[in-house]
Amino acid sequence: MTALLAASAACERETRRFHDEAQPPAAGGVRLTALEPGPATSSRALRHPYEDNAWAVSEGKRLYSQFNCAGCHAHGGGGMGPPLMDALWRYGAEPENVFASIAGGRPNGMPAFGTKVGATQIWQLAAYVRSMSGLVPKDVAPGRTDHMQVKAGEQAAPEAVPRNAAPEPPAP
Amino acid sequence: MRFRAFAGAGLITAVLGCTDGNGGDAAASAGAAANRTRVADTTAIASGSGAEWTQVAGDDANTRYSPLDEINTANAAQLTLAWSFSTGVNRGQEAAPLVIDGTMYVVTPYPNILYALDLTQPGAPTRWTYRPEPLAAAQGVACCDVVNRGPAYADGRIFYNTLDAHTVAVDAATGREIWRTRLGDINRGETMTMAPLVVKGKVLVGVSGGEFGVRGWLTALDAASGAIAWRAYHTGPDADVLIGDRFKPFYAMDQGTDLGVTSWPPDMWRTGGGGVWGFISYDPDLDLIYYGTANPGPWNPDLRPGDNKWTAGIFARDPDDGAAVWFYQTSPHDLYDHDGINESILVDLPWQGRDRKLLLHPGRNGYMYVIDRATGEVLAADAFGFVNSARGVDLRTGRLIPEPSKAPVTGRVVRMICPAAPGMKDWQPAAWSPRLRLLFVPHQNLCMDHEALEANYISGTPYLGADAKYYGGPGGWRGRFGAWDPVAREWAWTIEENFPVWSGALVTAGDVAFYGTMEGWFKAVDAASGRELWRFKTGSGIIGQPVTYRGPDGKQYVAILSGVGGWSGAIVSADLDPRDSTAGAGFASAMRDLPQHTTKGGTLYVFALP
Repeated sequence: MTALLAASAACERETRRFHDEAQPPAAGGVRLTALEPGPATSSRALRHPYEDNAWAVSEGKRLYSQFNCAGCHAHGGGGMGPPLMDALWRYGAEPENVFASIAGGRPNGMPAFGTKVGATQIWQLAAYVRSMSGLVPKDVAPGRTDHMQVKAGEQAAPEAVPRNAAPEPPAP
Repeated sequence: MRFRAFAGAGLITAVLGCTDGNGGDAAASAGAAANRTRVADTTAIASGSGAEWTQVAGDDANTRYSPLDEINTANAAQLTLAWSFSTGVNRGQEAAPLVIDGTMYVVTPYPNILYALDLTQPGAPTRWTYRPEPLAAAQGVACCDVVNRGPAYADGRIFYNTLDAHTVAVDAATGREIWRTRLGDINRGETMTMAPLVVKGKVLVGVSGGEFGVRGWLTALDAASGAIAWRAYHTGPDADVLIGDRFKPFYAMDQGTDLGVTSWPPDMWRTGGGGVWGFISYDPDLDLIYYGTANPGPWNPDLRPGDNKWTAGIFARDPDDGAAVWFYQTSPHDLYDHDGINESILVDLPWQGRDRKLLLHPGRNGYMYVIDRATGEVLAADAFGFVNSARGVDLRTGRLIPEPSKAPVTGRVVRMICPAAPGMKDWQPAAWSPRLRLLFVPHQNLCMDHEALEANYISGTPYLGADAKYYGGPGGWRGRFGAWDPVAREWAWTIEENFPVWSGALVTAGDVAFYGTMEGWFKAVDAASGRELWRFKTGSGIIGQPVTYRGPDGKQYVAILSGVGGWSGAIVSADLDPRDSTAGAGFASAMRDLPQHTTKGGTLYVFALP
């Protein structure tokens, strides 16, 4: 009896779909690596809306303290979280990478702030984070802090060219 | 054949242990001869035979003293590497290995792998490996590197905590998981890093997270089932703190009703900190456990007027039901992250003409406390290094007297506060020689500039409200290892070290004291004089706890984990950037030259005489 029931249940087969429409390559999304199969393509998914805006970057600096980013990353030198002022990026240095890290979190301890914080503020934070390693124009980076001087101002941060995350041009 | 030979050696050491004059280990030795099962509640306050190292601190009194004397001041210079073992994890190695029944147990930092190494075989191959697979995200809420301070053992089981706030029990023979109990939530910033203590069938564990506004606690788990037997919170109403009729604090400042609520601004006790991440000690005669509570949250003291009970102090409790018996607050209304978590070492000494049961507590705030462990009365509190953040401890009221000019004020930079936030001494445990009546104290010499700031409580994120940068204190050295004479109330000798001495201490009946440096030197010194006897350069900086044991071959061995990290070594283990002086909560600033002296590692080194 049990065997019969099991046999009849097994008759239910999933439908195979033979005529799906062809899909274009899934180029979108945020890339974390320069490595790709076949010839290199250029795929900047998102443009940073605020990196030329000094007010937005200074807002990012304010939010960086208020959302307790400084508790883990200090003022760029790191602590519980990795430094943000150096040239090493675990999850990419491009604005959309930094946005994705803040919004979606990362598996080894970065919380997903996008569940509580709006996109505008995350873009401002991303701009400020990039200013710590000199990746935004000097004329928009904050020049000083209102608090104890603990490092050179972001405006004075030497440009730390991302060493391990930047897309490379094709080799000769 | 090999096993038979080993069993014989065990018997011999057990007999030797009985003739060593260390009373009270007869029961443990008899058990060892039979099935090597150690019954936690029959352990005397003094060390056992020394053949095994069954708990991180060596004994319930937390002395880290071994009665072994094969290695002594005359021959320590000949110590040589016997074998080594890579843990495969290169974060800060703060754990003590345990040695039970010819097996060594080593727990790593996150991901908290437990290895059982077979000491009866040449080179100590792995018997088994246990991987608890803690949540990776827990790494993001561990304040001071992803360390683990070691396991505990009782009745054939290894107990330890995982970073994601679970306690596990593992079969010591097979590595099979017996139970696993979830005790906290990383989304509240709760992690666990301390070594448990097993007392009378209960596994005592505490929570870390004073930098995340956790509501700290100590919890007792049933060793058999893993069920929670009791939990004592360190903030909130008396009922939650397990304060009842038996609670008799010595000083008026610690007496009253619901001080865990009334010594805080409304509701701030709910995020008030007061975790437990240091060591617990136990006196079987008084039947009391002793442990310290961590700092209050947030760091900025302006935001939490009041004494902030029951943070930054020492509790004595009944291990059966957790009932509080006394409490003494080392830093009421803590100003500087000066936790009370440092270990309490239980010693019996003549004090001013009368034998007393004492507790020695080298405090983070810079004072060496001598406390009557029956009552909580402070008999002495002397600065053991340069302190300018306080003027002393009032022995009449028990109260620390803060120096007003060094008190943090929101928005003001206060410079040259000594000791800095890590204190005169942090977690690194001291050792006590009952032969020499000296306390061997690894510690540091750091000061800081500090600005108190607004703090926002967002669960699962840091709750600090302060910027700080640390630097070496007066004298040009950042660390020291010394022998403190608690009766004379002064140093017998000290050894200055370039970097904070972040390793634990060990002392033996051979009058040899061991410690490691953050450059990676493992050192043996004459415990009576401080004269260096031997040193060995390990692969990475040392922040672990040295242990000693008699191997199955009858020889004495000394073991230490090497692998820099922890709060002090995070500049190397987490690649911090010291161009920002506040990196690592301010510690990286004081350690900016460490990367020139050591690199990451995670290796166990075991030494013996040739």
